Amino acid sequence: MSTDALATAPPKIATPTPASPSRTEANIKRFAISTVVIVVLLGAWEAASRLGYVKVQILPPPSAVFLKFLESIKPQEAYDATKTNYLQWLVSGELIHDSISSMGRVLVGFFIGAGLALPLGLAMGASDLVFKLMNPLVQILRPIPPIAYIPLSILWFGLGNPPAYFLIALGAFFPVLINTIAGVRNVDSIYIRAAQNLGAGKMTMFLRVIIPAAMPYILTGVKVGLGVAFIVVIVAEMIAVNNGLGYRITEAREFFWSDKIIVGMVTIGVLGLILDLIVSKLNNHLLRWHRGMEH
Amino acid sequence: MATPQIHIVKVQKIYRTANREVHALQDIDLEIYAGEFVTFLGPSGCGKSTLLNAIGGFSLPTSGTLTVDGKAVTKPGPDRGMVFQEYALFPWMTVAQNIEFGMEIQDKPKDFIKTKAEELLTKLQLKDFRDRFPKELSGGMRQRVAIARVLALDPPIMLMDEPFGALDALTRRTLQDELIRIWSEFKKTICFVTHGIEESIYLSDRVVVMTYRPGTVKAIVPIDLPRPRHTTSPEFNELKNILGTMVMEEQSRHQKAELAGTTAD
Ligand SMILES: Nc1ncnc2c1ncn2[C@@H]1O[C@H](COP(=O)(O)OP(=O)(O)OP(=O)(O)O)[C@@H](O)[C@H]1O
Ligand SMILES: [Mg+2]
Repeated sequence: MSTDALATAPPKIATPTPASPSRTEANIKRFAISTVVIVVLLGAWEAASRLGYVKVQILPPPSAVFLKFLESIKPQEAYDATKTNYLQWLVSGELIHDSISSMGRVLVGFFIGAGLALPLGLAMGASDLVFKLMNPLVQILRPIPPIAYIPLSILWFGLGNPPAYFLIALGAFFPVLINTIAGVRNVDSIYIRAAQNLGAGKMTMFLRVIIPAAMPYILTGVKVGLGVAFIVVIVAEMIAVNNGLGYRITEAREFFWSDKIIVGMVTIGVLGLILDLIVSKLNNHLLRWHRGMEH
Repeated sequence: MATPQIHIVKVQKIYRTANREVHALQDIDLEIYAGEFVTFLGPSGCGKSTLLNAIGGFSLPTSGTLTVDGKAVTKPGPDRGMVFQEYALFPWMTVAQNIEFGMEIQDKPKDFIKTKAEELLTKLQLKDFRDRFPKELSGGMRQRVAIARVLALDPPIMLMDEPFGALDALTRRTLQDELIRIWSEFKKTICFVTHGIEESIYLSDRVVVMTYRPGTVKAIVPIDLPRPRHTTSPEFNELKNILGTMVMEEQSRHQKAELAGTTAD
């Protein structure tokens, strides 16, 4: 290339036009597109139900479901300052109460399961001996779905929360365990060598190198484990307890309250979505250092 | 000169894998003195990293003796700071945390760690990046952090395995100049692996040219040019020719071996 060519003026760069008005327009459009299928389906459903194509007991119209929803979140008694405080009263609606019960079980069960799986996974990942000792047992137990433990769990723990916690913990246990093992085993040896070079002892190596390096895997395990816990809680509540969303939709079936069943199901879906969003947010924060993790 | 700081006698390294044996190093005799800047030069696969890793204590020789300050090398240690080709920064730590980590391991007092980290951040022009994660840095910046991380422990010896290999030419030259500055300021012994002929002449006091498999010392070429060196000077070019010829001989042996199918690389 000649120096002349280098000296010529740089090509004009088009200045970007201010984006704000078209940005909101685009947002509205995106929202419209993402809701169109749902709106059309709801409309068809409402029409089918009102025009008598389906029996209301089988499939009530969405408007009825919505009314049921409002009724379910309303506190059942009038506010009485002498009996409860305002906040307690506000969340005393049946649906809210059930949701809190279910989520509480998920959290307790998950923390028991993950709390046991994490140390075992770290040990199995880090020590060949522990791995060889434990792996056969893990491989045998892992394919048994938590639901298959229901009879045993009731024999062992009776009814109420304990069998539910047991089943949920079991559901969360294996995803966390398997991913933790994989995480520790896949730590890039370059990090180990770099830390050795800085003089790291066993403890420092484990706490400050191996665990953080395995964190992407561990958090994947947490995500999957919470998902399983959420499935198991519904099943457990259908059998062992008398509140929570799983119990509520089973109860509603006995009375042919299909609107209530659907309210329960949609609530389960929404709570699952919220749980997933929270975990994703946590994930993004904890892994903000990770390659390919752009926020 | 007095006794060598790094003393390598008849070192041999054989990698044994399931179906073959690789004689990576054979009969290496080398004396490196405190404060020297030595480069290991040779084509890919000639055992440069193997030799550096042996000095670093990461993978011990099959036979022969290798001592640093009179003591046999048995494991990695902070007296021999390693700068890896693949950066090897801890991605979950920020720039500052990466630099401080080694000092925390060594149980240095908190004030000392802060001051030292600050000093290195300034010296390597990393101040504006202190709270960034490695993934947000360019290759050149990452290698600065890797160098700072090693300098934080003030090791008498620095081992560098093609540290600038992945950088573009301009960044590489900048870092080479910075390394020379650091070397003369901190009075380190530096063992530097490269397959760049120009890089080896530009940087070092002596160039150790290695043969292709088995890796032996082919020649040790002293570079007596004053610093800063000019890559276009006649003396520089003469050295380039001499070293170039040596490396090409080994490179063509490498290729012949490859064609004959005696290598699995
Ligand atoms: N862990 C190992 N197991 C088996 N063979 C190995 C191992 N490490 C290196 N080798 C072999 O030993 C020889 C020397 O390898 P080494 O990595 O030291 O070469 P190098 O000079 O650093 O090459 P490069 O410039 O490509 O990094 C090569 O042929 C390589 O295939
Ligand atoms: Mg190498």
